[in-house]
Amino acid sequence: MTTVVSCKQLNKIYQQGSIEVHALTDINLTVEAGDFVCLSGPSGSGKSTLLNMIGGLDSPSSGEIMVDGQRVDQMNKSELAELRLHKIGFVFQAYNLIPVLTARENIEMVMQMQGDSKQYRHQLSMAILKEVGLEGLENRRPSELSGGQQQRVAVARAIVDKPCLVLADEPTANLDSANAENLLQLMRDMGEEHQTTFIVSTHDPLVMSHARRLVKLHDGKIIENHEQH
Amino acid sequence: MIHTASLLIPLAWRNLWRNRRRTFVILFAISLGVWAMIFTSAFLRGMSQQILDDTIYNLTGHIQIHAKQYLDDPVIDHRFSLIDDALFDSLNHPAIKQISARVRVPAVVASEQDSTGVTLFGIDPENEGDISFLQSSIIAGRYLDTAADPGVVIGKKLAERLETGLGKRIVVMSQDKNNEIVDRGVRIVGIFDSQMDGLESSCIFMGLQTSESLLKIKNDVSEVAIILHDSAQLEMITRQLQQENPHLDIQSWKQLEPLALVITELYDDFHIVWHLIVFLAMGFGIVNTLLMAVFERTREFGLFQSLGMKPGFILAQVWIESIFLIVLGLVLGNLTGWLSVLATGDGIDVSAFAQGMEMVNLSNVIPFVIIQDDLLLANLVVIILGMLTSLYPAWHASRLVPADAITRV
Repeated sequence: MTTVVSCKQLNKIYQQGSIEVHALTDINLTVEAGDFVCLSGPSGSGKSTLLNMIGGLDSPSSGEIMVDGQRVDQMNKSELAELRLHKIGFVFQAYNLIPVLTARENIEMVMQMQGDSKQYRHQLSMAILKEVGLEGLENRRPSELSGGQQQRVAVARAIVDKPCLVLADEPTANLDSANAENLLQLMRDMGEEHQTTFIVSTHDPLVMSHARRLVKLHDGKIIENHEQH
Repeated sequence: MIHTASLLIPLAWRNLWRNRRRTFVILFAISLGVWAMIFTSAFLRGMSQQILDDTIYNLTGHIQIHAKQYLDDPVIDHRFSLIDDALFDSLNHPAIKQISARVRVPAVVASEQDSTGVTLFGIDPENEGDISFLQSSIIAGRYLDTAADPGVVIGKKLAERLETGLGKRIVVMSQDKNNEIVDRGVRIVGIFDSQMDGLESSCIFMGLQTSESLLKIKNDVSEVAIILHDSAQLEMITRQLQQENPHLDIQSWKQLEPLALVITELYDDFHIVWHLIVFLAMGFGIVNTLLMAVFERTREFGLFQSLGMKPGFILAQVWIESIFLIVLGLVLGNLTGWLSVLATGDGIDVSAFAQGMEMVNLSNVIPFVIIQDDLLLANLVVIILGMLTSLYPAWHASRLVPADAITRV
């Protein structure tokens, strides 16, 4: 198995006035390719912070992060942007689609930044829209889609360019249980089909039940890390 | 890079219309500013050009030649001969368009009712065409026929003051070359209205030969006024004439009318100051609007960064948006500016301020004049400074930390 993510002695300390807040303490984590990992824990346990560190959206106070063999913690802004563009897909709690772009354009945006041709982009985005069950809705803007549909578009956008890693931060938080179930099934299917690694932060038991590996955090420390299925 | 640019341009355009009301408000502000720049420029340029025209084409010309002491003491004694080979050769220059030799001396005119001091001009009517307002300002009677015309042309104001009119006789009194008082009864053959009260009430015009005969100064004149083909050659021709005729006092309009020169230069400088003042107000509007747009879309910028967009492209996105705003504002501003200048027609009537206007050599109607340089200056000020000021909100957007921005509510 290839290691996609590796964190060693990872620490994140926020300074709040004169008080130091330890958001992450001595995190050691390894995630293999094609895995579906769930980071769980109560609010403030450090799930989102860990995801942000892995995705290069925030920098650690100390420690080492490797994504697909590259040292994320030593990259500059531009290198981080390149890494995210080519290797990491993101799914956020609040869908985070660009409101002035249609569903198809939201999906094609990343491919456009990567320099793919218009024809290729169109072909791929239509195929992935079909895969996520949004065929016929490609020209709708986010405001014309339901929450579940928007999150499907976000997932499609995250995996369309076949990244090695998808980071999803509370992806089902704003969805009802039926939509959440559908989305999780979709993510698992896509992960298996495209050999994509998923790291999902959540405190939703439904999401945890879908995960192959469960990593529990509490007060910024990993307190459990085990395979489920 | 080109691919990302092709994404940013439509994105910026659509973002512009997300908040239509705000976009329309800032477009209105920019176009109002550009309109103010163009309209004020046209007014100032019109004033400036009017001052120049009124200075040059109301008797002064581009260059004047006098006897050495004439300007200090403009009397009959300070005259010079036209039969002068050096002067004749000098004036036969291809850059010179027109020459008008004149007798110009103080005189007294008297009607049956009143008398007043005036300046007596002896002119050759054929040569005054482009230099003098006279021919085009006749409102009653006729212009002088020839240099030997026995009649006089006087201003409307003078006619009112003397309580005289067309066809009536007045007495012109002055000193001849022997300093003897001479006078002659002459008939008023024309009345002019120059839109400059001072000229109307203080000048009378008679034929050059008639005046020479009255003053007994055959072939002598008080001044020669010169019009050039191209005013850009003013300095060069003035210098050349001075070098070739050191015994004469040769000056350009800039030396003869320093106030007009100062005022026109002042107007030119004021253009730039005015543009900067207008832009300052407009610039705050642009920065404020873009900052609001950036703050509103902080999460989106965080998303763009999460998806791999480099900070430089985030900056470019906001910048392109501001360029769209500025260009649209410029188009509207130029259009409204041009239309409102067009609507002023021949200019605005400021006769209510005639006395004040005359102090700065201005006639009663000020035209609005748009010239390419003024348009270019107004547009460049807005484009360059607008792009510079919008860099701040764009830079602000590009500096966001993605982890913070993406969670911003």
